[in-house]
Amino acid sequence: MRIEEHPILEFKKDKKINFTFNGEKIEGYEGETIAAALHASGVKVLGKSLFLHRPRGFYCAIGNCSSCLMTVNGVANVKTCVTDLEEGMIVETQEGKGVIV
Amino acid sequence: MRQAELLIIGGGPAGLCAAISAAKSGAKVLIIERNKYLGGQLVKQTHMFFGSEKQYASTRGIDITEILLNELDKYKENVEILADTTVVGMYEDGIITALYKEDDFFKISAKAVVVATGAFEKSLAFPNNDLPGIYGAGAVQTLMNVHGVKPGNKVLMVGAGNIGLIVSYQLMQAGVEVVAILDAASKIGGYLVHASKIRRMGVPILTSYTVKEAIGKDFIEKAVICQVDDKFQPIEGTEKEFDVDVMCISVGLTPLNELLAMRGCQMKYVPQLSGFVPLRNENYETTIENIFAAGDTTGVEEASAAMVEGYLAGLCAAAKIGYKTDDFDERKNDFVKQLDALRSGPVGKHILSGIEQIVV
Repeated sequence: MRIEEHPILEFKKDKKINFTFNGEKIEGYEGETIAAALHASGVKVLGKSLFLHRPRGFYCAIGNCSSCLMTVNGVANVKTCVTDLEEGMIVETQEGKGVIV
Repeated sequence: MRQAELLIIGGGPAGLCAAISAAKSGAKVLIIERNKYLGGQLVKQTHMFFGSEKQYASTRGIDITEILLNELDKYKENVEILADTTVVGMYEDGIITALYKEDDFFKISAKAVVVATGAFEKSLAFPNNDLPGIYGAGAVQTLMNVHGVKPGNKVLMVGAGNIGLIVSYQLMQAGVEVVAILDAASKIGGYLVHASKIRRMGVPILTSYTVKEAIGKDFIEKAVICQVDDKFQPIEGTEKEFDVDVMCISVGLTPLNELLAMRGCQMKYVPQLSGFVPLRNENYETTIENIFAAGDTTGVEEASAAMVEGYLAGLCAAAKIGYKTDDFDERKNDFVKQLDALRSGPVGKHILSGIEQIVV
């Protein structure tokens, strides 16, 4: 789900980044956020709500609403909509509130 | 503890202009920005701005950041920038706390502060409004225009204000189908020039419509909308269904005001300004001495107004801490006139009726 052609913008997609989502290998590009890379690969459900376990995706994409929290490299409650993707990241859907290390 | 002369919280259009203005007056400014980059939401605005030349009309939002950064660079000996840093608290004793990345916590003391934290997108209440695929219009703009990722294949846009219209157009530029735009109001809120462009591309704009519900299991698969009467009550039997995988919510923004409220600035709920905003004087100083505010955090308007407010607040904040330049009055009057001009239309009238309630 990437934009192939755009009348105004050019997207630099030079360096591929490998990461995993719930154990599955996924590719993204350097410079994009975790949530953007997941969305480009068709992953819209980033987690479950705390009590009713309803699916959660991002909402604001600028780090305000906390709808995109995931566990990244073992750290809970990472705002994936504003966190840059890095090589080898282990991204997981978070169960519950997450444990503060 | 870090010492600063003038601390500017937020490096978006208002914050950058406040910095330019204050640094030009001779004040040492420290800009703290929570993102890695400056420019705030200008980074995703591919459309050309309105207003006059002084607010960079006919320039695309994405290019305005660079213009502002070049301007700021002229006074670089007076400017320090801390990006990737979030201000997390402002306390009664004047101490301001901040977090660099996720782990470096530190305190700041400043002679004056300009709070330019902007605004965030509102949501809309309807059954299943939390399904993935239902995104803020600005979020979709970020995904498309910053990251080059499509939000989905078929979009229903909720809200026919300028953001709704502009983002709809940008979705089509990115090759995404927009099935319809709806608005509960009986008239299109955005500029006619945007609306006509959208209509020419064959997208219906449905006024007096609202969302009845979203349907889907793991993400949105269908949207049901219905007509509303003149009291915004749903009219039975007017439902329409759309098979969509994205619904964009563009029902306005609300000021990001937490820091001002925490500091104890007197706040007031003003519907015309889209939420709780600080009371202030004509220099954009809040009820707490030397705490200034500018941009959407003082009332949601357009980026053009945010920039001029920033210039004005930065000028006045610098003057307040001893950097009053000889041309102070001239510069101030210029900014006031620019704001008056920006607020001269029907939308401006609405905004002014809100501002009247907060200027003390």
